[in-house]
Amino acid sequence: MGETKEYNDRLEEKLASVYAGGHAKYHEKMKEQNKLFVRDRLELLFDNGEYIEDGRFANVEAGDLPADGVVTATGKVNGQTVCVMANDSTVKAGSWGSRTVEKIIRIQEIAEKNRVPMLYLVDSAGARITDQLDMFPNRRGAGRIFHNQVRLSGFIPQICLLFGPSAAGGAYIPAFCDIVFMVEGNASMYLGSPRMAEKVIGEKVTLEEMGGARMHCTVSGVGDVLVSTEEEAISEAKRYLSFFPANYTEKPKQVESKAIKEGRTLEEIIPENQNAPFDMYEAIDAITDEGTFFDVKKLFAPELITGLARIDGRAVGIIANQPKAKGGVLFVDSADKATKFISLCDAFSIPLIFLADVPGFMIGTKVERAGIIRHGAKLIAAMSSATVPKISVIVRKAYGAGLYAMAGPAFEPDVCIALPTAQIAVMGPEAAVNAVYSNKIEAIEDPKERLKFVQEKHAEYKEEIDIYKLASEMIIDEIVAPSELRSELANRLRFYEDKQIINAPRKHPVLPV
Amino acid sequence: MDEQTKGGSFKMKNLESTMAGTVFTVNVAIGEEVSAGQVVMVLESMKMEIPIEAETAGKIATINAKEGDFVNEGDVLVTFE
Repeated sequence: MGETKEYNDRLEEKLASVYAGGHAKYHEKMKEQNKLFVRDRLELLFDNGEYIEDGRFANVEAGDLPADGVVTATGKVNGQTVCVMANDSTVKAGSWGSRTVEKIIRIQEIAEKNRVPMLYLVDSAGARITDQLDMFPNRRGAGRIFHNQVRLSGFIPQICLLFGPSAAGGAYIPAFCDIVFMVEGNASMYLGSPRMAEKVIGEKVTLEEMGGARMHCTVSGVGDVLVSTEEEAISEAKRYLSFFPANYTEKPKQVESKAIKEGRTLEEIIPENQNAPFDMYEAIDAITDEGTFFDVKKLFAPELITGLARIDGRAVGIIANQPKAKGGVLFVDSADKATKFISLCDAFSIPLIFLADVPGFMIGTKVERAGIIRHGAKLIAAMSSATVPKISVIVRKAYGAGLYAMAGPAFEPDVCIALPTAQIAVMGPEAAVNAVYSNKIEAIEDPKERLKFVQEKHAEYKEEIDIYKLASEMIIDEIVAPSELRSELANRLRFYEDKQIINAPRKHPVLPV
Repeated sequence: MDEQTKGGSFKMKNLESTMAGTVFTVNVAIGEEVSAGQVVMVLESMKMEIPIEAETAGKIATINAKEGDFVNEGDVLVTFE
C-alpha cells in the first residue's frame, strides 16, 4: 500500500512539473505580450478542451525542460480528429532539442497513419545550438519534419498558427503549410534575425521590418491571414478547417444553406462602363451564403481575391479579379497567390469558381524583369491541371491571357458562363482599334473626321466581340442574368459533384516556376 | 520628385503609386484634409481607371504628379503633413 502511494506521488510530482511548463518569469513575460500558455491555447483549440498527449515525459530527466518544450496532442476540432504540435515558449524559448524534434516527427506520423489534419502551433526560437548534433543533421533531425510536411502536403490539410517567432530553419514549418495565421505584433518569420543581419551583412532593421506579421501578410506573401489576437487565430483556424475534409480521399462536408447577405444586386453593383472600378467583394457577397466567405491572403496582391465560401451550403474556392485594386490587372504576386490557392482547393476536392473581370496581365519593364511570363505560366498551369469542378464566370471583361488565367473556354472549365455585361477579346476596343488602325488614324488630318473614324471602328469592334455572337459560336456555354447566377452556380455544383478526370500516366509535369 | 519626399528621415506619410500608369485626375489640393479611403488620384493604366485611396486620414502636404504624368509603381504621388 505504501509503495503504491509512493509510485503515485512520484508520477503526480513529475506530471505537475510537466504541466507547469517553464519558469514563472517566462509565464509572466508571455502575459505581458498578450500571449497564452501553450496548454491554454490547446484548450481553446480542441472541442471541450479535451485532448490526448504523447511524450509528456520527454526529457523529464533534464529537470528544467518540461515536455522538452513542445506539446504533441490529438483531439477533436469541429468534431473532426486532428493532430497538433504546439511549442512551449516558456521552455527555453520553445527551442528545439533532439526530443522536441522527435516528438514533432512522431505526431506527424500519427496524423499520417490516421489520415487527419495536422496543425502546427509555432512559437519557437529555433534550434538549440548546443544540441545541434542530436537534432540538426541526422535522419530523424529537424530536416525530417520538413520532409514529412512535403510528403503530407495534399494528403492531409496542414495548418500553421504562428504566435511568436519562427526563426531560421524553423521558418520552413509555416512555409510548407497550406495556410499560415499570424498574430500581429507577436508572430514573426525570418531566416536571419535582425541581430544576425547586422553582424553578417551590415543591415540595421527592426524585427517587424525583417519578418513581422503584417510585412509577411502584405509584402512577402509568406503569411496568409493576419489576426490581432491568439483567440482570433484559433477561432479563424477552426473556421478555415470547417471547409476541408480530413484528407484527400474525402470530400468537404456540405452544411445547411444560408441566404445571401442583404445588399445591392449584381446588376446594381457592376457598372456599365468596362473601365470603371467596382468592389468585387460586394459581388461575392451577392452570390455566396452570408458570413461564409473566408479571405485567403486578403492583404497580399489585393488585385486578385482568393477565398473559401459556401454556395447553397457547398464549399467552393473563389478566384476573383478585384477591379478596385490595380484595375484587377494580374501581376507576379497575384499569379503566386492564385497558384497556391488553386492547388490547395484542387488537393482537397473543393470546386473552383472564377469570377473574371480582368484587363490582362501587367505589361512594362518592371514586370518583365520580375518574370511575369513564367509567373503567369505557373498560374495557368495550376488552373489548367486542376481536376475539381471548375466554373468560369465572365462577369465583365476578360482580355488577353487574362481570359486564360481565369479558366477560359480552352482550359476545360465544366462551363463558361457569361453575364450579359461580359466582353471577351484579345484586348479592349480602344487598344484594339489603336493597334490595328494607328497609321490610318494618324493620317486623318481633320480632328472631327478622325474622331468619327475611331468611333466607327470602336462600334465595329464591339459588334465583333458581342457576347451573343460568342454564344452563337458556342465559344461560351451560357449567358445568364446576374439575378440567376447564384442559383445557376448552386445547380451546377450539385450536378458536377462526382466529376472525375483521369489523366494520362506520367510521373509529374515540369512546373513552370 | 523633390528631395523631401525621397528622404527617409522625414516622418511624413507618403502615398505611393500602386502600379505604372498615367495620372488621369488629381482629386485633392494641397492643404486639403482627406479621410481614410478617400480617392486622392485616379490613374489610367491598362485602359482601366485605378483609384488611389488615402490609407489614413490627414492633410495633404505635397502633390507630386499632375494630370497626364507617367508614374511608375512605387513613385510617391502625394505626401501628408
